[in-house]
Amino acid sequence: MKSFTYERVDTPAAATAAFARNAGARFIAGGTNLLDLMKLEIETPAHLIDVSRLGFDRIEATGDGGLRIGAMVRNTDLASDARVRRDYGLLSRALVAGASGQLRNKATTAGNLLQRTRCPYFYDTNQPCNKRKAGSGCAAIGGFSRLHAVVGASEACIATHPSDMAVAMQALDAAVETVDAAGKTRSIALADFYRAPGTTPHLETTLAPGELITAVTLPKPVGGIHIYHKVRDRASYAFALISVGAVVQPDGSGRVALGGVGYKPWRVKAADAELPRGAKAATAALLAGAKTSHENAYKLPLVERTLAGVLMQAKG
Amino acid sequence: MSIPDDYSISRRGLLAGGAVSAAAATVAANPEAEVAPAKPVRRPPTARVSFEVNGTAHQLELDTRTTLLDALREHLRLTGTKKGCDHGQCGACTVIVDGRRINSCLSLAVQHDGDRITTIEGLGLPGKLHPMQEAFVTHDGYQCGYCTPGQICSAVAVLDEINAGIPSHVTANLTDAPKVTTRELRERMSGNICRCGAYSNIIDAITDVAGVKA
Amino acid sequence: MKFDTPATDNPIDRLKVVGKPTNRIDGPLKTSGTAPYAYERHDVVPNQAYGYVVGSAIAKGRISSMDLRAARAAPGVLAIVTAASAGKLGKGDFNTARLLGGPDIQHYHQAVALVVAESFEQARAAAALVRVQYTRAKGSYDLAKAMDGAVKPPPAFGTESDTRFGDFDSAFASAPVKLDARYTTPDHSHAMMEPHASIASWDGDKLTLWTSNQMIAWSVGDMAKTLGIPKENVRLVSPYIGGGFGGKLFIRSDAVLAALGAKAAGRPVKVALPRPLMTNNTTHRPATIQRIRLGATTDGKLTAIGHESWSGDLKGGGPETAVAQTRLLYAAPHRMTAMRLAVLDLPEGNAMRAPGEAPGLMALEIAIDEMAERLGMDPVAFRILNDTQVDPEKPERPFSQRRLNECLQFGSELFGWEDRNPEPGVTRDGRWLVGMGVAAAFRNNLAEKSAARVRLDRHGMVVVETDMTDIGTGSYTIIAQTAAEMLGIPLDQVDVRLGDSRFPVSAGSGGQWGANSSTAGVYAACVKLRTAVAEKLGLDPADAVFEKGKVRSGGKSVALAKAAADGEIVAEDFMEYGDLAQKFQQSTFGAHFAEVGVDAITGEIRVRRMLAVCAAGRILNPKAARSQVIGAMTMGAGAALMEELAVDKRFGFFVNHDLAGYEVPVHADIPHQEVVFLDEVDPTSSPMKAKGVGELGICGVAAAVANAVHHATGIRVRNYPVTLDKLLDKLPDVA
Repeated sequence: MKSFTYERVDTPAAATAAFARNAGARFIAGGTNLLDLMKLEIETPAHLIDVSRLGFDRIEATGDGGLRIGAMVRNTDLASDARVRRDYGLLSRALVAGASGQLRNKATTAGNLLQRTRCPYFYDTNQPCNKRKAGSGCAAIGGFSRLHAVVGASEACIATHPSDMAVAMQALDAAVETVDAAGKTRSIALADFYRAPGTTPHLETTLAPGELITAVTLPKPVGGIHIYHKVRDRASYAFALISVGAVVQPDGSGRVALGGVGYKPWRVKAADAELPRGAKAATAALLAGAKTSHENAYKLPLVERTLAGVLMQAKG
Repeated sequence: MSIPDDYSISRRGLLAGGAVSAAAATVAANPEAEVAPAKPVRRPPTARVSFEVNGTAHQLELDTRTTLLDALREHLRLTGTKKGCDHGQCGACTVIVDGRRINSCLSLAVQHDGDRITTIEGLGLPGKLHPMQEAFVTHDGYQCGYCTPGQICSAVAVLDEINAGIPSHVTANLTDAPKVTTRELRERMSGNICRCGAYSNIIDAITDVAGVKA
Repeated sequence: MKFDTPATDNPIDRLKVVGKPTNRIDGPLKTSGTAPYAYERHDVVPNQAYGYVVGSAIAKGRISSMDLRAARAAPGVLAIVTAASAGKLGKGDFNTARLLGGPDIQHYHQAVALVVAESFEQARAAAALVRVQYTRAKGSYDLAKAMDGAVKPPPAFGTESDTRFGDFDSAFASAPVKLDARYTTPDHSHAMMEPHASIASWDGDKLTLWTSNQMIAWSVGDMAKTLGIPKENVRLVSPYIGGGFGGKLFIRSDAVLAALGAKAAGRPVKVALPRPLMTNNTTHRPATIQRIRLGATTDGKLTAIGHESWSGDLKGGGPETAVAQTRLLYAAPHRMTAMRLAVLDLPEGNAMRAPGEAPGLMALEIAIDEMAERLGMDPVAFRILNDTQVDPEKPERPFSQRRLNECLQFGSELFGWEDRNPEPGVTRDGRWLVGMGVAAAFRNNLAEKSAARVRLDRHGMVVVETDMTDIGTGSYTIIAQTAAEMLGIPLDQVDVRLGDSRFPVSAGSGGQWGANSSTAGVYAACVKLRTAVAEKLGLDPADAVFEKGKVRSGGKSVALAKAAADGEIVAEDFMEYGDLAQKFQQSTFGAHFAEVGVDAITGEIRVRRMLAVCAAGRILNPKAARSQVIGAMTMGAGAALMEELAVDKRFGFFVNHDLAGYEVPVHADIPHQEVVFLDEVDPTSSPMKAKGVGELGICGVAAAVANAVHHATGIRVRNYPVTLDKLLDKLPDVA
């Protein structure tokens, strides 16, 4: 881990100002992913701005009947919130399917969205990785790729996004609220938040440098049955091989998002429209244009079968 | 013990046994060894942090890179908290901070200013063990002992989490209060890996303490 | 003391302390975090500096240049050790690859440098500044490709690579029912929770090493050999070991580099292997490819058993002895086994819990299940029918004890085997397909020479000293129980000190020989102490009874403590072994039962119930022994369902080299586990009449789980681990 200077800030303005003042600055809150990566020098900030005490730790009702989740709300607290459990069960389920109790106690809402891939080649600094070091190549392509992306990948990167929470957020049409150094705020639909790898897999989100996430908003509850099925070899404390998050209405309509298949929580609007026709049709839309390796081809039938199970479960 | 002028007298310096002063002697003592040449001491950035560990207040001046885990183990010499992976993948470093269990390896010490930290030593020591520690002994809920402090800290916190109504992956109904069942305990304890495989006994120990039938 | 005739009655048989499910005496220390592990010894020597290991970025080739300038100039750096600066180093007898690489590189993450600094943070940061240029050489990393060039290895652990008995080829060719199948087991990682760690301190030319090591005497020798110093100048201290499983049988780079770093820095240095480095830097259980051929009569009698295994290792390494159990487990008049070894440039393959038998039974016990299926027989009954009470390759040689059939029978009763519908793929619990599997467990018993010293003080306290280690096995406790039993005192009057090379040389912890061998050594020392005590008290050693803190003989009864009233009495002895192990085949047996659920839709596999029934001689402490078995069952479940070091066959390394990538079971994977020990004593094993259980417990588990998956789904997976991607295309269609 490279040396860094550290400061704790009390306001968002102080946070973004500190970012502007310090070259190589990064925000840190829970730190469960950033610190992990700093130990391996995959992340090498020169200055850390501790934003964990900005007071963004509340969950509030919004004017339109939705929820505003403070960026620093811990995963445990978000999963346990009575409103989330009642109205956004998918989110609660996705959260408690992720990581461990210890990590969820520390990890924040914003940090969860921003966590980086768990590709083992990304984690091994001896190996070429375009995401870690732009232009260095991709060792995962042609290597051990059982866990890698089947959709949205590029010749430069086949990494997946590891978050469970983000899959639920994607299905629930969440938006990310931010503030920048000029004090300007904006809201980014989660659907527009992650950047496709293309030739620049090191650029992962549409956030500008120094732009700070302040909250994630959820529109008003959509009802329906909320199911999150995370498929993994180990029963717990493991990243998803694939996951299916769905909200299914009594008439069979609904929405679905996938984890473990692409660089972002994967949702295709056309697939939502196919849901009433069943898992095969919806999966065909979700995974259209999928490219697989010998090792991850199983993800295609697995998604379809898992989704079929979810739809069966929703029917009761 | 002499402290070089440019090295502030810190809690760390005192606790670590004057590491800096001895370094100067090294060069002369081992002329043939490949020793770093004399150079101006560049001090890595440090920060001051105050927190309470097991009821005792500590003020430390730490290299900012120091994790809570290393602050406990190397600076306060509370080595009951274990380093199994240093990457949040095993749970051996679990401690309880302000009533919540966390992986101390993935937490910078300087971020814990003002926090109350409980480590395994704070739960109980030989002769005055915590009921959870006693139960682990009775049920043989450990073998090599290296994951054990983390398991016990986690177990204590897990029962509190269930009491507080925090749901888990296996909680059948999100809107009901979770109960202490073996299924709930297994899921909630899954962030603590035991390669010796004492799981079955650990769950027996926790259910014993919780006062429910396994 | 020499053990060369079967044991008769002795003080251990009183079983007042031995054989009781005593809590571990080290429990309060371990559960309170006050048992000190190697890296934590702030107490032993002041002024410790921190070392951080740099691992090779390539699997095979040469270091073309190393630039240490930036690292040297980094804050806090005290010294840097490389092969170029370390001077001439030897290689330990138990190491295949060198522990400090350069300029030649033998495997990925082989250590190439140690950076020593004032603090851990400084050492780690400076280590990242070491610039190494490599010239990559072509290596061999793919066992399936290399197996054709594999050769017959020299005998390993006294085991011939090939055996033949009868006429296998003809018998197999003419057998009315046959199986010829290929199985694979992947590379496994020990993944013990405590990383390899050492603190080294020099006092002149004398080295003290606080380390985490299973075999003190082996490792003293290998440290001395590696550093080129006399053995007498090396002291190893390893009282608490955070798991080993064979991964700490030998010195590793942490130990050698801590010693070299301490020399270079002129002060004590501590080194722990970073978790992401451990997998490739240390040893692993090698992958195997196994071919099993079975021939049987239509009524289920095996007539031909053939088992071949291919594995790979670095040049100079050895095979995974996966055919070992097949030579002894089932009767059949015609048999062959063979092992072939390929050169692979992957990290060093070596022992991991039940080397040989663990992967061997993973294959063999599926094959037996398949054969039972072909014969239309119940897999329990098929195994029972093919039992043998003699060494099948040397029929004149009986087993000392062999109660495999009882294990199978009793286990099937306890597990409710009779409720199992023999037809696979039809038992349902909601969306779960449910299946039961069984496998035999077999592991040879080894008795190794072991010494101990016993001291009696004037308070009647007894101190036992031996360099035996407790790697979670319960050595502290069973040694205390042994001394208490021999001397007729309560357990809390015994203090056990382990893991220090200043103590008499023990068997150490390996090959499941530790419990029986080390306690037998303590037995020998106690016999000697009893004689000294009796003589001191003027009693007849031949009929003196040690009981309740007193020594009785000829109507006299004297407090034991009295013998040491005017000075400590010390006795030291060892137990060594005659040829009983040649006259009798000493083995341990068991039966594993598993019930699994397989999600009919996703193929997710979860273990629902597990039972082991073991027959392994006298159980010295049923509580600790049970823990050994449940732990081994857990590791076996991991081997069945998730554990696999993924080989990058282009670059030659294990890709998933941390605990997130290499999945081992967590709590949620493991149900309540039942363990039963059959009441058995084996008078041929030692005066303790005990054998080992720590490795027996893993033998066969994975196959029992794999067989249960087959029973649940009708799908036979022959390539471990059994993961859902191998089931998906054969699971029932989803509507």
